This record gives sequence, structure tokens and C-alpha cells, in this order.
Amino acid sequence: MKKVYLDYAATTPVLPEVVVAMSPYWSEKFGNASSLHSWGREARKTVEEARRKVASLINAEPEEIIFTGTTTTSDNLAILGVANFQLPTSRFRQRFHLITSQIEHHAILDTFKFLEKQGFEVNYLSVDKYGMVNLEELAKAIRPETKLVSVMYANNEVGTIEPIKGISEKLKAKSEELGIKMYFHTDAAAVVEYLDLDVQKLGVDLMTLGSHKFGGPKGVGILYIKKGTKIDPITFGGHHENGLWPGTEAVPLIVGTARALELSIKNQGSSVKRVTKLREKLIKGVLKKVPETILTGHPIQRLPDIASFCFKKVEGEAILLRLDAEGIAVSSGSACTSGDLRPSHVLLAMGIPVEEAHGSIRFSLGRNTTEEEINYVLEVLPRVISDLRKMTPKKI
Amino acid sequence: MTDIKGLYSDKVMDHFLHPRNMGEIKNPDGVATVGNPQCGDVMQMFLKIEKKDGKEYVKEAKFQTLGCGAAISTSSIATEMIKGKPLAEAEKLTNKAVMEALGGLPKAKIHCSVLAAEAVKKAIADYESKKSVPK
Repeated sequence: MKKVYLDYAATTPVLPEVVVAMSPYWSEKFGNASSLHSWGREARKTVEEARRKVASLINAEPEEIIFTGTTTTSDNLAILGVANFQLPTSRFRQRFHLITSQIEHHAILDTFKFLEKQGFEVNYLSVDKYGMVNLEELAKAIRPETKLVSVMYANNEVGTIEPIKGISEKLKAKSEELGIKMYFHTDAAAVVEYLDLDVQKLGVDLMTLGSHKFGGPKGVGILYIKKGTKIDPITFGGHHENGLWPGTEAVPLIVGTARALELSIKNQGSSVKRVTKLREKLIKGVLKKVPETILTGHPIQRLPDIASFCFKKVEGEAILLRLDAEGIAVSSGSACTSGDLRPSHVLLAMGIPVEEAHGSIRFSLGRNTTEEEINYVLEVLPRVISDLRKMTPKKI
Repeated sequence: MTDIKGLYSDKVMDHFLHPRNMGEIKNPDGVATVGNPQCGDVMQMFLKIEKKDGKEYVKEAKFQTLGCGAAISTSSIATEMIKGKPLAEAEKLTNKAVMEALGGLPKAKIHCSVLAAEAVKKAIADYESKKSVPK
């Protein structure tokens, strides 16, 4: 059977160059980077070389780069770490205020919900029908007690690109006006192969990246932390990673991450062009061939790799499984795939009716996607949807 | 966005990919719709009843379902389980029996088997209520 993987936003295959780069560090050069002997020194040199490489790729300093366990742990460390630092003074009844958006990944949202339980106040910014946050609403939400704002660079479900530069400028102006210091974090996990990651230009204080989303291995995340950011660890046990992510460094994964980031950024220009073209073909084809379908996310301000839809009068998991039976891998934000009773919080925040959100499907393209694969999807999908709709009761 | 295919039994996948008795019955003797589109699952059950030797039997059972893999497969197998059965027996179809016939369901999908059993019961109740009204 033909196999078509269109779930690159979930995870990507590790690049062959990355496998090669990692290979000496499993059994041959296996030292602990904290050891003083030659094995250890070799590992330390390797880790610091990778750190320098990552730093220069995003226009940061090496000491501003922390390697963590996953994308999720990077998000957790950024938010909880900044909040933890505030805790000793919070005993003096000072209120601390945090801002995020309603469409963040659960690694962010669940962390803020946890902090709310701890007594922090949190604002969840709304989005428009395209999934875009509003700068005016953000400006109004900022108070003298605001310590941290976290807004994702681009949404992983619908691909909408948020105005990160606009947000950082707004925060800077507000900080000056109110005479306060607040930090800006962005989860950039979804964008690495396609968008500018220059932290100076973006104006962010903290930024999350996850290796397996851009051709690197699973089990390692990056957190950029701007010098001077007041942050405490959230796990304890050692001096590693500036004491912010204690634990023996995963040398092969860190090496692989640096190599994957290097290749991703080097190829951004060609990736954007190639993938956007295929995605446009997919979007146009689906909207033309499948009636009662809506494109979700912003029509223009969207990631090159994401084509996301709601198919009316069908359920997302059923579509996903039928496509899988035809060899096509996609994702759905339907309630049935979330283990929750509600469909995607992103689609609901965008004002999409619940019954339509149940029929959501995300195609995410990547390095190995071909035009032939898109043609195959355009041949299979209309049949799958029409077969499923034949099962739908007429009166619903 | 969790891939739950691994949690479905082969039997569930078989009924999902090859649903039995899918469609409508024109002028059904009993019909019922359960669930709602806000929850993501709507099941409609159609029955044709016949009398043999003074006893009522389910002559035909068909379904239409908007829903996930489990919703479709539970409705499909429910129609198989009641077809040809005496009405009194069909009425006793439980969600547990539906689940067992499918080789089990993931925890989050148990409510689909409840819906399927409810659809059968309500379609039979619809038949009974029509019967008691003199034409």
C-alpha cells in the first residue's frame, strides 16, 4: 500500500546527516560531560560546541542556550522558572500577573492553569476567527504586576503566525510607560524550518524549540533564556545547564539537535517555497473537491506546512482512521482523538461551532512531501469524506 | 491529538471500515435518534418488525451514524446482534454485550456502546408506542 506521511507537525523523521553526526556519541565517545578525565572532557567540548552552534544560529550567546528534556519541559521551565523566582516575594501579598493566549499548546496552558491554582493571576488572550491575537487586547491586559507574557510564534493546529515582533514592541513600550520589567516567552516549536528565529529581531526573552519537530531526535528541547532574565530551576540536583536543567547532558541528542537546527535554518528559503507550493495545491484542491469544507487558520499569515480543515457532517477521528486505512497519516482535533469530551480548544477559541470542530483534520507537510503524494490525497480524501457522509443521519 | 488506532480491536476496525446494515429503512416500524452533534455522535436506528407464530421478530435493522470509529462500529454490530432476534430479546441488548462482541473498547469510547444500546431500545419503544395507537 502507498504510504503518505502528512503529520510532520507531530514529528519529523531524523535527518540522515543528523544520524551520522550523533553516531560516535553512543558507544564510542560516551563520556559524561561532567567528568574530569579525557572521556568527560571530550563530551564537554562536544556539548559546548553544539551550544555555540545553536546560539549563533539564533543570534544569541552560548550561555543563553539551555538544553532540556523535551519541548514541553522547555515550556514548563520558562514559565514555572520565571514564576518560581517571584515566589519568595509573593508572600508579601504582592499580586503577580501573567498573560498568555487561549490557543497555546497544552505544555503552556496547563502550566498557567497550575500557576493559577498557586495564586497567580492569569489572563488568557482571545483570538479572532483566524486564530490571531489582538495587540490592543494585550496592551489593555498589561498591569504594573505583569511579570510574564507567553504567546506562541505560530499555532501548531491551524498554522496561524502570531505577530511576535509586534507583541515584543508593545511590551517594550508598556514596560517603559509603567516602569516595570516583564518577560516575553514564545513557543517556537512549530516554526523552525520556515520562520526567522533571530531572537534579537524578535525581541523575545525566552524561546522554546523542540528538536524532533525539525529533523532532530526526540527527547531533547532547547530553551533560549536572555542574559539577565530572573529565573529559578524547577528540578534540582546539579550544576548542569547553568543549574536550570540538572541532569547528565544527553550528548548525542544535543549534537543531533545542533546539526538539525543548522540544516533547517540553512534550507529555510527553499523549504518555504517548496512546501508552500504543495500546501496551496492541497488547500485549493480540497476546497474545490470536497463540499461543505472550511479552511481553518489564517489564509495568508500561516505556516507553509499546515493545511487544516473542518469537514462538516463528519467526525474527525473517523476521517483520520479511514485515511490511515488508505496509507495517509494526518491529525485531528476532534474530541474523540483528544481523550477529552471537547474538541480542540484552538478551534473553539476561534469561534468555530462545536459540531464543526468535531470534523477537524490537519495535514502537515514536510521535507519529503511530494506533489505525487498531494495528488494521492486529493484522489482519496473526497471519496473518504463522501463515504462517511453517506453514513450521517439526514436529520441531525 | 492522540492516535487511538492502537487502542481499537481488530473487530472494531473491521466494523468501522466495513459497516454492516448501513443505511435507512423506508417506512420503518420503529426509528430513533440518539446523541447530538455538539457531542460529536448522532446515531439513528431503523427497524422493520415481523410477526411469526404470534411472536414479534426484528426482520431488518439499519443504522446511520455521525461519529468516531467506535460510534460507527458499535452501531454496526448492534444491528447484527438484533437482526432476526425476537423483539423481547433484542430489547435486552446491553452496552456490555456490544462491547464484548467487539472485543472491548477503549475506556473513553464506552459511551458509544451505551449510545448503540440506547438507540436499539428507543427504536423498539417507538415501535411499541406506534402499535398501541389505533390507526
